[in-house]
Amino acid sequence: MTQHLITNARLVDPEAGTVSDGALWLKDGKIAERFDAPEPEISLDRVPQQARIDAGHKYLAPGIVDIGVQVCEPGERHKESYGSAGEAAAAGGVTTIVTRPDTNPAIDSPEVLEFIRRRANEAAPVNVLPMAALTKGRAGAEMTEFGFLLDAGAVAFSDGLRVVRDNKVLHRAMTYARSLGALVVAHPQDPALSAGASATSGKFASLRGLPAVSPMAERMGLDRDIALVEMTGVRYHADQITTARALPALERAKRNGFDVTAGTSIHHLTLNELDVSDYRTFFKVTPPLRSEDDRQSVIEAVRSGLIDVICTMHTPQDEESKRLPFEEAASGSVGLETLLPVAMRLYHADALDLPTLFRALSLNPAKRLGLGSGRLTKGAPGDLVLFDPDKPLVLDRFKLRSKSKNTPFDSARLQGRVLATFVGGAQVYAA
Amino acid sequence: MRFDQRHLLGIEPLRPDEITTLLDLSQRYVALNRQQQKRSTVLAGLTQINMFFENSTRTQASFELAGKRLGADVMNMAMEASSIKKGETLIDTAMTLNAMHPDLLVVRHPHSGAVDLLAQKVNCAVLNAGDGRHEHPTQALLDALTIRRAKGRIHRLNIAICGDIAHSRVARSNLLLLHKMENRIRLIGPPTLMPAGIDAFGAEVYEDMKEGLRDVDVVMMLRLQKERMDGGFIPSEREYYHRYGLDAEKLSHAKPDAIVMHPGPMNRGVEIDGTLADDINRSVIQDQVEMGVAVRMAAMDLLARNLRAQPKDVLA
Repeated sequence: MTQHLITNARLVDPEAGTVSDGALWLKDGKIAERFDAPEPEISLDRVPQQARIDAGHKYLAPGIVDIGVQVCEPGERHKESYGSAGEAAAAGGVTTIVTRPDTNPAIDSPEVLEFIRRRANEAAPVNVLPMAALTKGRAGAEMTEFGFLLDAGAVAFSDGLRVVRDNKVLHRAMTYARSLGALVVAHPQDPALSAGASATSGKFASLRGLPAVSPMAERMGLDRDIALVEMTGVRYHADQITTARALPALERAKRNGFDVTAGTSIHHLTLNELDVSDYRTFFKVTPPLRSEDDRQSVIEAVRSGLIDVICTMHTPQDEESKRLPFEEAASGSVGLETLLPVAMRLYHADALDLPTLFRALSLNPAKRLGLGSGRLTKGAPGDLVLFDPDKPLVLDRFKLRSKSKNTPFDSARLQGRVLATFVGGAQVYAA
Repeated sequence: MRFDQRHLLGIEPLRPDEITTLLDLSQRYVALNRQQQKRSTVLAGLTQINMFFENSTRTQASFELAGKRLGADVMNMAMEASSIKKGETLIDTAMTLNAMHPDLLVVRHPHSGAVDLLAQKVNCAVLNAGDGRHEHPTQALLDALTIRRAKGRIHRLNIAICGDIAHSRVARSNLLLLHKMENRIRLIGPPTLMPAGIDAFGAEVYEDMKEGLRDVDVVMMLRLQKERMDGGFIPSEREYYHRYGLDAEKLSHAKPDAIVMHPGPMNRGVEIDGTLADDINRSVIQDQVEMGVAVRMAAMDLLARNLRAQPKDVLA
């Protein structure tokens, strides 16, 4: 089994909330030892020279766990395959991708799920954990075979960006899920208010003449879901909370002791509605980008820990589906490879420090899914990212490893690059 | 006198002095259009293509006439019946047309921003003849010219825009233009037909029509955009007419010499009383149609001048 001794590193420890000098010894797929000394004394017999990596005083953090990645297999492999998504993830410091079931057909049966897991493990250099559909065909009518799907390896149940409209259906699904201890990941949004909307209502959307949804639709969706959580006691994760008005509802649910967590997307943390500018469709995401006030409130919620998780909502779209008038254009953007450099914007702006960022990127999502990763402790999986938060780059979207190039950060000046990524103790990416 | 635009995509990018330039030139074309000999040669040799992805009779006829009077070769393409139905994308259509070397492209499209998108892909000058709920710049310019001729100025007026603001590109363009020219604007309509964040536009918003019309100089009525509604914005047309339809009684709250405008086509008995619309002492609706041809001639003339002044650049 390969081993690595990474010396002379700045260790970002989200559990302890610290950044300190140290070294890590990776062996048998795990963190075999953590040293507080940057150059620990270990004989060459135990770790030969070729297994030693000098981090050059750069930052070593637990690998990112991204909940909500769309890989377009089966159905639309030209947009993204497990191979391309896995390469993109490795290059972005993402060591575990938790995939969405919103493929064509949806991942709603144990047979499809097993096929996907086999494909993923062959093709992707990172860990792939699939979510399965909450309802058959994501049609919002009948729950899927939660028991079989859990046995086949589903880590959570979700209908992706589709909202289950029928409260009775969702109530039954949540009740059944609770009995199995399954996690339900939902998209909090009032489906009627948000139908057809491609922007957040307000001055900008009115000026551009775009059909818009009130930010209140998110709070209404969350309120409904929390009421059902209260009725059923299910483990619940809101995929993205992006508005200030939804935050008090989330805070109340947590205070009342419900098993509720929430994520937000890196795009909603770093962009606002004005970035759409003259109908730039790469900035069309679901939910739509929000006001600057909302963005600031969501950053604050990540800082306080009210929002637990930062994700990419990686959604590959081909060129044709984006080269359309804004209303008609497909929604979503890729994010795996740009996640870390873009997250560094928040660090450089003094909005979030590194331990807080990695708490939301690595530790919390791992904890929510019951994974051992996301930590730098002895015995944790050897999933790590080595990065330089200061190294600049100008992003060229055509150099992305994803098959789809729909990033809103094309030509953006970013600061922060991944130098190396380790999965299960093995190096899967080197800059 | 300057006009620095390559396209006419909206009122938003225009400076006040460019608007004045456009209106001044339009004024000259009004005179030309009233002569028996209406032909000019300023667009001779140029090709104008009208692409209407949405049904239009009036605007298309107005643009066609404007181009022909200036000597351009005008082609109309009814896009609803063409390859767009066969699944061709807007950009493919634009590239195809671009290869035929038109000089002026007049585009109407049901989606906001579609004309901007198309303008990025072609070499010629693009005129927005209405895109979704976004802008309809020539309508706002012809309204401004009509007001200027009736009131002697296009600044420091009290102007009410009434009705379906939410679905109206005419309202947006007019709001932007009248705001740039420093008028006081009131928006009147039921709250369900008011776009969100409208109070940030620098207009006063009224739900009561009589209150909103008090002492205004100009009353602009908007058509109820039934085709752009997905239902349930108003309880019924008769209640709408009762509360927001312009009739002599409601108009009596405006200044005695207030003019009545409507971009057409009118829903008589829904947003405006038929007799009032035909009252030549109050209604300038026919003038608006006349000004429309002149304004479009001026816009195409100015864009063609800029087109000639710059070398044909390489398509991005």
